[in-house]
Amino acid sequence: MKFGIVTFPGSNCDYDAFHAVTDVLGEEATYLWHKDHDLQASDVIILPGGFSYGDYLRAGAIARFSPIMQEVAAHAKGGGPVLGICNGFQIACEAGLLPGALMRNSHLQFVSAEARIRVETADTMFTNLYERGEILRIPVAHGDGRYVAPAGVLEELEAEGRVIFKYADASGNLSADANPNGSERNIAGIISEGGNVLGMMPHPERACSPLLGSNDGVRLLESILARVAA
Amino acid sequence: MGKFRIAVHITPRKGLLDPQGNAVKDALHTLGFKPVKDVHIGRYIVIETDAYDAIAAEETVTEMCRKLLANPVTEDFEIESAVHA
Repeated sequence: MKFGIVTFPGSNCDYDAFHAVTDVLGEEATYLWHKDHDLQASDVIILPGGFSYGDYLRAGAIARFSPIMQEVAAHAKGGGPVLGICNGFQIACEAGLLPGALMRNSHLQFVSAEARIRVETADTMFTNLYERGEILRIPVAHGDGRYVAPAGVLEELEAEGRVIFKYADASGNLSADANPNGSERNIAGIISEGGNVLGMMPHPERACSPLLGSNDGVRLLESILARVAA
Repeated sequence: MGKFRIAVHITPRKGLLDPQGNAVKDALHTLGFKPVKDVHIGRYIVIETDAYDAIAAEETVTEMCRKLLANPVTEDFEIESAVHA
């Protein structure tokens, strides 16, 4: 399976994603330049973390107009998997691939730490190798990670099982202390209506080796593999 | 046709948490400006554009706000009257 990793000016997690896909997962990966119009027959698209266009205007607001995003949107519309991590989540929201928006962290500080997230839905393209309620240790690193959406949208997301990760403490409680950015309802990751676009602030690609503190992110990539290959 | 200048104010939507505004409000209180009730911090954008007339310029900038300059989920915008640049 081929993963296409989009590099925007200012992306800085594209190499981490490449490493996770090729060295850990053992699959093929290629970088996709933001000015290109060709997904190079990639099966899965990763919008990586970073600071595309210096976060000018709003995080993700300019990247959304990069030429490659037209192809990414078409890929998503056709049911193709898209994984938006951190800045990639912000871009996916700005592009309308996911509802809501990511705002400045409530405490105004950049947060770089290990977060714990609870798996809310295991029956998805991205989480089928996890157990519902399982607590994962995945790092976060962002300044604009506070997920917000109109109340009606939040209700809809929850009712449809589209909130797939929530920040939680070690015992699984959705406490305010476990919420690193003030996201509404401790939301850490959501999927699109079709279930094929995932946006999440934590970095699964940085949690792919016990040497780096956690390999809880590996099964997310393996889940895609299991589902798409099936 | 003419050249117009239009200013746009973009503010966080009322009711949404505005941590920057709150931090500045607290600092103002510390400085002794006790009567301050609320602070909202947004963006001020000035656009110069060619347009048929002032009304057309304002319509174009409104469209820019809807498509890019403001986030429809979290922000409100107000545009000032177009002036000849």
